[in-house]
Amino acid sequence: MTETTDTLFQLGKLAETTPRERSNWAWLRTLWRSKPAVLGSVFLLLLLIGALFAPAIAPYDPNDQAFEFLQAPSLAHPLGTDDLGRDLFSRIVFGARVSLFVGASTVLLSSLIGVLLGLLAGYYGGWIDTIIMRYIDLQWAFPNFIIAVYLVAVFGTGLENVIIAVTLAFLDDFARVVRGMVLSIREREYVLSARALGASDARILWRHVLPNATAPVIVQATVSVSYAILAEAGLSFLGLGVKPSTPTWGLILSDARTFISRGWWLAVFPGLAITLTVLSINFLGDALRDIFDVREYQEEEGGS
Amino acid sequence: MSRYLVKRTIASLIVIWAVATLVFFMLRAVPGDPFRAMLADVDPQAADELRRKFGLDRPMYIQYFLWLGRMAQGDLGNSIYGSNVSVSRIIAEAFPRTLSLAGLAFVISLILAISAGIVSAVRKNSALDHTFTFFAFLGLSMPDFWLGILLIIVFAVNLQWLPAIGYVPLSKGFWPWFSHLILPAIAAGTPFSAIVARMTRSAMLEVLNSEYIKVARAKGLTEQSIVFRHALKNALIPVVTVMGIAFALLMSGAVIVENVFAIKGLGRVLIQGILNRDYPVVQGAILVVSVIFVFTNLLVDVLYTVIDPRIRYES
Repeated sequence: MTETTDTLFQLGKLAETTPRERSNWAWLRTLWRSKPAVLGSVFLLLLLIGALFAPAIAPYDPNDQAFEFLQAPSLAHPLGTDDLGRDLFSRIVFGARVSLFVGASTVLLSSLIGVLLGLLAGYYGGWIDTIIMRYIDLQWAFPNFIIAVYLVAVFGTGLENVIIAVTLAFLDDFARVVRGMVLSIREREYVLSARALGASDARILWRHVLPNATAPVIVQATVSVSYAILAEAGLSFLGLGVKPSTPTWGLILSDARTFISRGWWLAVFPGLAITLTVLSINFLGDALRDIFDVREYQEEEGGS
Repeated sequence: MSRYLVKRTIASLIVIWAVATLVFFMLRAVPGDPFRAMLADVDPQAADELRRKFGLDRPMYIQYFLWLGRMAQGDLGNSIYGSNVSVSRIIAEAFPRTLSLAGLAFVISLILAISAGIVSAVRKNSALDHTFTFFAFLGLSMPDFWLGILLIIVFAVNLQWLPAIGYVPLSKGFWPWFSHLILPAIAAGTPFSAIVARMTRSAMLEVLNSEYIKVARAKGLTEQSIVFRHALKNALIPVVTVMGIAFALLMSGAVIVENVFAIKGLGRVLIQGILNRDYPVVQGAILVVSVIFVFTNLLVDVLYTVIDPRIRYES
């Protein structure tokens, strides 16, 4: 073989073996060692089961106003009843559905869109980068919750609009994180050699850039999920969330306000549910962050 | 450095303009206007008349330039809902309340957080450190409105030490003003505290392990002098960077907390405006909120360049 084809052959081999930055399943074992993370995961699992099988687990219908109102926690009603005679425990169990659903779907959508934007901006640079990042920087200057409130003002209330609003509000975090990663990955040998071999942009993005950019996205996702759940609760609390017929934790808290002096359980338990959920996610996320050691991925973040 | 300042200020003004424009068009892009809601198809004629009176029937770009012109002169329009009060007046009344709340929350939280962070770092892994870390986690996980309600239940309803709702201006005396604001300030400031405390702790830990601190110890300086005069100054640099994000949390917390404690501040104005589809009010409030944020970010950036000499010479 001639020298040129020999070099090309070597380059080809280099391009085909995209190095993974970490081995795939070792992190699970390290996760297991952190006690808070384990506690958090257990709680989240229970919550998930509770949300999925709510009709089976909740002792009563959450909207059934048959019982005596404002009863303190008792054997029949472990968390008490509210001012309209509804069982609080059932309402909280059903409320888990909305909160988890909104939290998961908004982060999923937001990460997908954010990753796309970050990929395009980081990889192509130039005017695409400028346009996208100017907008993202604009959004980044404001707290995500206020953006969500404002978007609900524009689109209206209701479940779909809340999901849209929260998804859009949390885009800035994902886009920035991904763009930073892409900027550094772009210059690595395996990408350069793939380009030299004439691989299309799409193939490079899909096979080389994306797999190595996922770690910080996962870390960011765990952070954003907790804020998304808090955002949904806040929106519902303010009356800007889902329709009043669906029990969601924020809404239950909002109703509880008028009866604070007569029914402390109405205010304490929904808030406790939110807090424990977010706490578990934070424990889990913190452990994941320690594992992935995000600082290693933040080489480009210095100037921003 | 003043060139940097000028550049950043111009950039900030552009951001404010961009946000205002975005808000303007987005509010009008969505179908449904305040008059339909108010008159509910009962009297379409009256709805049209009101629309014409407020200039909402003209094409959007004309509305935009009119609005821009008026805004440059400080006229933010009038509230559509209710008694046609000028938006500037509504905001002018609401702003000092939010300022008091956010200001008090900021000061209290900052002092508590930095102290806790320093103690945590100096006594790393002690019981105190673990307690503080746990509370920091808790503070970040609790919804601030829930904390507010809990505080009301404990301090206002049961112990009856402090009032539950309302706002009293400073002019009526320090204690009334303070007692009404202390609970909301704690509620709004807790996430902010949590972040700043954790950041202070990790920054202090890093600095305390650095070379020149080891030299200071070898020189025989007292631990107190080392911690407060040498380590703290350098540890505060990353804390300032995080301050911008933390302050944003503080402000959005203030918006909700105002709702819980029935304080008629900017947050309350904004939310009422949204619920009533009162365009001028929403626009005015968002504008003021944007100015606050952009200004704060600018301040943090400038502070950052002042504190860290390395940046000053690089830019």
